[in-house]
Order: sequence, then C-alpha cells, then structure tokens
Amino acid sequence: MIINGVTIDNTFAEAFNMRGTRVIITAQNHKWAYNGANAMTGFATSVIGCGVEAGIERELSPTETPDGRPGVTILMFAMGSAVLMKQLETRMGQCILTCPTAAAFSGIDSGYPEITRINLGKNLRFFGDGFQTSKQFGGKRYWRVPVMDGEFITEETTGMVRAVGGGNFLVLAESQPQALAACEAAIEAMRKIPNVIMPFPGGVVRSGSKVGSKYKSMFASTNDAFCPTLKGLTRTELSPGIESVMEIVIDGLTDADIRKATRAGIAAACELGAQNGIKRISAGNYGGKLGPFHFHLREIMNDESLGKKIA
Amino acid sequence: MSALTFTLKIQPRQRVDLSPLTPDNLAGKPAAEIAAIELYSGKQKLRADTVFDIAGDDASNIVIANSCNKLDFIGHGMKTGRISIHGNAGSYLGLQMRNGEIVLHGDADAFAASGLSGGLIHIHGNVGDFLAAAIAGDKQGMKGGTVIVTGNAGERVGDQMRRGLLLVEGNVGSYCASRMLAGTIGVFGAVGEYAGYGMRHGTLLLTQTPALHATIQDCGLHTLPFLSLMFKSFSNLPTKFAKINKNRVQRYAGDLANDGKGEILVLQ
Repeated sequence: MIINGVTIDNTFAEAFNMRGTRVIITAQNHKWAYNGANAMTGFATSVIGCGVEAGIERELSPTETPDGRPGVTILMFAMGSAVLMKQLETRMGQCILTCPTAAAFSGIDSGYPEITRINLGKNLRFFGDGFQTSKQFGGKRYWRVPVMDGEFITEETTGMVRAVGGGNFLVLAESQPQALAACEAAIEAMRKIPNVIMPFPGGVVRSGSKVGSKYKSMFASTNDAFCPTLKGLTRTELSPGIESVMEIVIDGLTDADIRKATRAGIAAACELGAQNGIKRISAGNYGGKLGPFHFHLREIMNDESLGKKIA
Repeated sequence: MSALTFTLKIQPRQRVDLSPLTPDNLAGKPAAEIAAIELYSGKQKLRADTVFDIAGDDASNIVIANSCNKLDFIGHGMKTGRISIHGNAGSYLGLQMRNGEIVLHGDADAFAASGLSGGLIHIHGNVGDFLAAAIAGDKQGMKGGTVIVTGNAGERVGDQMRRGLLLVEGNVGSYCASRMLAGTIGVFGAVGEYAGYGMRHGTLLLTQTPALHATIQDCGLHTLPFLSLMFKSFSNLPTKFAKINKNRVQRYAGDLANDGKGEILVLQ
C-alpha cells in the first residue's frame, strides 16, 4: 500500500487495556486553564516512569463548561484503577488546587457502558481545614475550599472508564527534520480527534523501545532495529535511505477513537509525501501476543468510515 | 384518562387529614374503594365521598379543587405523581414527601415541605410559619428536593433544614434559616429579624441586607464562582431566581454562637 509515495507497512500496532478518565479544568481565562492543565499533565508521558499518561484533549469555550468560564479537558490513563485514582488525586492537589482561579469538574458522566466514579476533589476538601463547604446542584456534589485567591471549586468525583493505551505508528523519513515535520503535521490533525491524547513531548517520541536488554536491571531498551545509526550492526528494519524514525503513541477512551486518530495522523504525514522525504509508515508491536487490541495500518487506511477519503 | 379530581363539597368543621390521598396510595384502586377511604377529622372518620365529589381515574394526576385551609397533610410521604390543589391548603403540605410534584394555587399553612426529601413543591401563594422546618420530635427539616414559593413565608423558614433548595420570591418573617444544617435558601424580598439564628452550615441567599445579630460576621465583598454553578442549576426552574446572572455578593458567616459555618450571601 502506497499513499502519495509513502509505503504503509503491512503491520499493526498493539495496544493494551488501560483505565482512563477525563477532567475539565476551567479558569478565569484560557491562559490560566492551560497553566493548570499543563502542570497536571506534566511528567505524564509513559506509565513506565510516570504512573500515568496524560494530556490535554481540547479547549472548551465558556458555553461548554459547567461554570461558564473558559476551560480545557484533560485525559489521563493508567494501567490500573488504583494508580489512576492516586495520580489523579496527587496531581489535582499539586497542580489544580494550587493554580490561581482554576476549578475542576467531571468530564465523564454518561455515554460509556461502565463508568466508575472516582475521587476528584473529595479528599482535597480537607485542605479547607473545616472551612470547606459542599453544595449539591443537579445531583452532583461540589466542594468549595477557601484559598488565598478566593474559593477553589471542584466536583467531588469524575468518571473512570475502561480505555485503550499504546496505539502507535512510526514515521520513517530521509532526515530528522523531515521526520519531525511529518510528525508535527500528524499531531496537528490528531489533536482535532476527540477522546484521544498523544502523551509524549509535543505528541512525538523518538526513543521507541523493545522488550528486554543486555543489562539485567533493564526490562526495556532502545529499539535497535529502528535506530538509523545501527543499520550495519543489528537486524535492522530500515532501508539505506532512512535516516530518522519517530513514533506517535496514542491513548484513547475506546479502540474506535484510536483508529480514527491513527488514520488522521497517517493521512496528514502522508500528505507531505515522498517528495518531502517521508518514506514509510510502520507500527510497533510485540508479535500480537501481549495486547488485546491490534490496529492494522492498511486496514485502517482503507476504512473510509473512519475519516475523510485519502487521495 | 382524566385527572382524579376531589372537589371539596362540605365546609369541614374540623381539620381533615388527607394523607391517604396520594398518587402512590390510590394507584390501581377502583372508584368505589377510593370513595370508601376513611379520612381522619379530629376523632371522627369521614368517608372520602362524604367530603369530596370524586371524578376522573388517573391516580398519578390528582386534583384537589375548591380546597380550603382545613385540609392537612396533602401529599404526605408521596413518592411519585402529581397533586394540584386549587384553593388553600392546610398545614403539613408535602410532609415527608419523597418525589413527585405538588402545585398549590393558593396559600398553605404551617410546616409546608417539612421533611421533604425529593421532588418539587410549587406554591403559588403565601405560606405560614415553619416552611421546610422540622416538626416537633424531628431533628431535621427539609432533607432534599425543591420548594418554590411565589408569595411570602412566615417565621422560622428552613429551621433545621438539612439539604435541598428553598426559594421564596416574596418576603419572609423572623428567624429565617434558624438552626439550618445545610442546603440553600433564597429569598427575593425582605427578611425579618435574626436571620441565620443558630445556623451551622448552608447558604441563605438574599437580595437585600437584613438586620443581622452580633454573632453573624461580615466576611467582605466577593465574586464567588460557585454561584455560577448554582444559578445555572436554577435556570430550568419556574421562578424569577432563574434570571439571576450575577455572582458578586457580600458574604456574612455564622452563627458563631453555634460554631456555625453557614453563610448569608447578599447579592450586590
């Protein structure tokens, strides 16, 4: 399969069950909503070292938020519910409670078969040292915690759902700037897709890993088959013309969301085409034995129900 | 199906307990059985059909027509359906009601909405004392649900109220929100003396500053973001509170004599 001169490998991305949640952060203006949300989703690129994978999903206008102020939505994913709950609480306490004018609300209330309510501000209320008060509106409980800038408002709980993490694709290009340009184009397109985040810096990861290592203490190490400088030393996956590979990892609330994002991203990267040095699109997997979700690239790019037609 | 209508045909000499006439209690009962229901009036028992002309068959939609202020306990403990009352109602309107809707086109006496835990009571008229307050022996008044009064209310509005929303569009008497435990009371008109007396938690929202006693303390002028959430939740209610769109308030807190952390918010 070739799109605009870019070869789509006959392979698949392998993804896993995760737990996901969405939080709405509002503030006096978008600048401060982003300040809070960026802090809350900072150091959340990979569950391996950060506990959670998190990112900003999209911007909300004042008419879309519960309190009528500008906001953003955050998606947060973890391998298990206990980790997700702990990380959510810690990050809320350090990043949103502290952020001037910020408030937090539940981002998942309906639309999924199984929604578990988890603590959002339920325990943060104790920061109020007895001066906190709760209010119930429309069947939801909110906490008002007195803080130095006025009052911190947070909903008591948010919804947690079964989600999918680790969808991915690789962009193989003739040079590092060209690989990055293609990834930037892909990320821009993918950020328009709801229910997904790309948790790595700028949405892109350059240090793809393989399972295991020559060092006993390491359970993952560099994916040497895709490292361009090792082409002569290892069983490489790269043809001579490829000088740089970058990966985009996708976490989504459902596998359908990841499919849509994958298609939008690959389509945008392929739009730059072979003339801009984009040679191949591939994907990372573990032979299909570890993850229950397989995203076959060619199948996704052929499925026109997932997005606009690709030339 | 037409509304099950009870039209009062006598002038009761004593108060009549209407608590059996709720949608839950009358559902599925044949007309003859409804007519034979006995209603307490003092120590007497009166058959329903000696007090009312009864027509219609939809027990989920009960109408009490030609009502008077001797008819007590209307909608007592009801869990579903709707009761409309044309004329006045007696005391204990909607006592311990759990869900459903009561619409009163007239005035109500004391202890309306006492022990209410869900549903809506909409009073197009005035109410007596102890609106949403605890009856003797109860430790809590209203525990949930919504009450809207378009007219005035008497004294002790929301005494020991625990949860829910109580909106009075007219004036209220003294001791409004006394010993209030939580919840929200809004009053559009004037408030009598000792508002928030012994208040522990909860919010009393006013449009004009009342005379406050010494143990209610001024906490200053504030723009409170939670009010946006609150007014948004009012937006579907049939009341003029739904049109409020400002969240700048003078905040008073207390009652300090009762270790209280309640608040009186006066819209600016």
